Amino acid sequence: MNKGHMQRAASGSSSNTWATKLHRVRALVVKETRQVVRDPSSIAIGVVLPLILILLFGYGLSLDVKNVPIALVIEYPGPEAIELAAGFQLSPYFHPTLTRSMPSAQDLLLEHQVDGIVRIPADFSRRVGAGDAGVQLIVHGGDANRARIIEGYVQGVVGAWSARLAAQGRPGQLQPVNVLSRLWFNEANDSSYFLVPGLIVLVMTLIGALLTAMVMAREWERGTLESLLVTPVRSEEILLGKTLPYFALALVGFLLCVLSAKFLFHVPLRGSIWVLFGDSMLYVLVALGIGLLISSWVKNQFVASQLTMLATFMPAFMLSGFLFDLRSMPTWVRLITYALPARYYVALLQSVFLAGNVWSVIVPNTLVLVAMVAMLAFASRLVMHKTLE
Amino acid sequence: MRGALLRILALTRKELLAVLKDSRSRMSLLVPPVVQALIFGYAATYDLNHVTYAALDQDHTAASRQLLAGLDGSGVFERVANLQRAADVASLIDARRALLIVQIDPQFERRLLSGRSADIQLIADGRDSNTAGTAMGYVTSIVQQFNSSWGHEHGLAAPPVNIVTRAWYNPNLETRWFMIPGMIGTLTLIQTMMLTAMSVAREREQGTFDQLLVTPFRPFEIMAGKALPSMVVGSIQAAGVLLVAQLWFRIPFAGSYLVLSLGLLLFLLAAVGIGLLLSAVSATMQQAMLYSMLLIMPFSLLSGLTTPLSSMPIAVQYLTAINPLRYAIDITRRVYLEGAGLDLLTADLWPLALLAALSLGAASWMFSHRMQ
Repeated sequence: MNKGHMQRAASGSSSNTWATKLHRVRALVVKETRQVVRDPSSIAIGVVLPLILILLFGYGLSLDVKNVPIALVIEYPGPEAIELAAGFQLSPYFHPTLTRSMPSAQDLLLEHQVDGIVRIPADFSRRVGAGDAGVQLIVHGGDANRARIIEGYVQGVVGAWSARLAAQGRPGQLQPVNVLSRLWFNEANDSSYFLVPGLIVLVMTLIGALLTAMVMAREWERGTLESLLVTPVRSEEILLGKTLPYFALALVGFLLCVLSAKFLFHVPLRGSIWVLFGDSMLYVLVALGIGLLISSWVKNQFVASQLTMLATFMPAFMLSGFLFDLRSMPTWVRLITYALPARYYVALLQSVFLAGNVWSVIVPNTLVLVAMVAMLAFASRLVMHKTLE
Repeated sequence: MRGALLRILALTRKELLAVLKDSRSRMSLLVPPVVQALIFGYAATYDLNHVTYAALDQDHTAASRQLLAGLDGSGVFERVANLQRAADVASLIDARRALLIVQIDPQFERRLLSGRSADIQLIADGRDSNTAGTAMGYVTSIVQQFNSSWGHEHGLAAPPVNIVTRAWYNPNLETRWFMIPGMIGTLTLIQTMMLTAMSVAREREQGTFDQLLVTPFRPFEIMAGKALPSMVVGSIQAAGVLLVAQLWFRIPFAGSYLVLSLGLLLFLLAAVGIGLLLSAVSATMQQAMLYSMLLIMPFSLLSGLTTPLSSMPIAVQYLTAINPLRYAIDITRRVYLEGAGLDLLTADLWPLALLAALSLGAASWMFSHRMQ
C-alpha cells in the first residue's frame, strides 16, 4: 500500500480519479432509475400528468366569451325596440331570453340563468326620435373580467344598430374615429397560443421539483441517506445521481409538450428549436435544484411536498405572467416574481414560440436561469455538507 | 357507540398531535393559505393598471394630440416612446418595451374636420394575447370617449342611445372580489386532500399501520380518525382565507356564515373522502402525493377559478360534475358576494353531498377489504 493511498484513506475519501467518480455516479443513476421505473407514480407524473395537462389546456381552458345568456326585457314592442332586439338575437355573442317585465328578468339573474339584463324601456321608440333614448344594462359583476367583456359586446350591438340608422338617414351616429387592431405574432387571436407556454411551464415545474423533493426527503426519513454517506460516494455525486434520472423523465415530458404544441395546437415555433431545448433544460435543472434543496433542508416528506407546492406550482400558475399580467401587479408582488424562475421561462417560451429568436429577450432571461442553476447547485452542496457534520 | 366515539377522538387527538407537534409541519399547514391569499389577491387580476405603449403620431395636430392625451390621462397607459418612423415599431415590440403601438395617419385631423371618419392603427404584442386583448379593449373605450366629446364639440349628431350600465354584486368590477372568495376552496382543497392521503401513506410506509390494525379499532374508526383531523385543519385554513378577504381586502360579506359553513363542511367531507380513496391505492407517501397532484391539477384548472366554466366545451362541462371544487367555488362566491341562501344553492349542495357520500363510502369499503 503506498503512501498516497494511505493519506487519502485517512482523509476519509477513497480514490478520486474521474473514472471511479463516473463509476459511482453511474451506479447511483442505475439505482435511482430502477426506483423510478418500478414506481408507477413516477411514470404517472412523467407521462400521464403532461398528457392530462395537454388535454385540459387544449380542450378545457378558454377565456373566450361567447353565447352569453342574457335576459332581454322589451317593455313595449315598438319598431325601434324590435330592431334593436333583433341585433342581440342575431349576435353570436349573445343567447337572449325574451321577457316583458323586469322582475322575471331579475329572477333569472338571481338564479344564474343569465349573466346580464338588457332592458329596452317602454318609451324607447318615442325617445329615439327625440335623440335621448336609453338602454339599461345590468351585468352580474361577480366575474369582473367577463362583465366588462359583456359590456363591450352590448356597446358593440347598440353601436352597430345606431350606425345602421345613420346609414338610412335616420337619427343615428357614425363613429368619427375607428380603431383598427392588429395582434402581432397571433393574428387570429388563437387562445392556444397563449396557453401553450403556460402548459409547458407547469409540466416542467411539476416533473422537476415534485419528484426530487420527495425522493431526497424519503431517503432522509428512512435513514438510507446516512448509509449512503458512509460509503465512498461524495455528496455532489449523490446529488448528480438524483438529478440525472429525473432530468431524463423531464425530457420525456418536454417532448410530449412540444409535439402537442406543434401537432395538436398548431402553435408555430418561430424561433430556434435549440434555443427552446437549451432553455427548457436549464429550467428543468432549476426546478430539480429547488426540489433537492428543499428536501435536503427539511428532511421530511410531508413538509417537503407542501413547501415544493408553495414554492413552485402555485407561483408557476399565478405569478409567472402567463395568465395574469405582471406589469399590473403591485410593486412588492412584482419584486417577488423576480425571484421566481417561472417568470423568466415564460418570457422565453412566449418569444421563442411566437416571435422568433429575439436576442434582447433570450440573452438576459437565459443568463438569469444560468445564474439560478449555479446558485442552486452551490446551495444544495452546502446544505448537504452542513448536515454531514 | 360511546366506546367507538372515544376511540375516534383518541385517534383524532393522536393524529392532530402528529401533524401539529412538529413546528415546520405546523407552519406548512397554517401559514401558506394566508400568505397565498395575500399574494394572489394582489396578483390574480385581469384588470390592467400599467400598459406600456408607444405613439407613432404622423399627423402632429391638435386632434391627434387630444386622442393621445386621453390615453396618457387614463392612468393605465404609460407612453414609453414617441416613434418617428414605422420601421421602429418592430424592435420596440420584439424587446417587449411596449405592449401596444398607437399609429395615427397623416390625414387624421383633416378627415375628421371634413366630416369623414378616420382610422387609427393599433398594433399589440400577441405573445400574451389575453393581456393584449384587454389592453386593446381599454383603447377602444378611450377612443369612444374621444368620439363622443369630438361629436359634442363639433356639433355632430349625438348618439341616439345611451347605455346605462350597472354591475350587481361588484359595483366597481374588481377581479379581486371574484378571485379571493374562490380561493377559500382552492387553497383548502390542495392541502386537505394531500394531508389525508399522506397521513395514511406515512403509516403504511413506516409500518405503523399494521400496528393500528391489531388494536381494538374497527376499520371505520381508523378512517374517521384520519378524516377528522384533516377537516379540522381544512376548516382553520378556510377561516384564515376568509379573514384575509374580509379584514385585509375589505370585501364585504353579504351572506350567512351558517350557510357558508354548511357548504364548506360538505366540500371538506368530499375532499377528505377523495384523499382517503387515494391513500387506499398508495403504498408510499410519494405515491400519495403524486396521485393527489394528478387530481388537484384538473380539479383546480377546471373549477371556474381562473377561467369560466361556461367557456369550456360541453363535454368538459359535464366532466366537471365530479369536481368538488367547482361547487365549493360557486357556493363561496354566491354566499359571499350575493348573499345567496340555501334555496338558491341546492344545485351545488346536493352534488357535494353525493360526492362526499360516494367517496367516503368507497374509501370505507376499501379500508375494510384491504384490512381483512
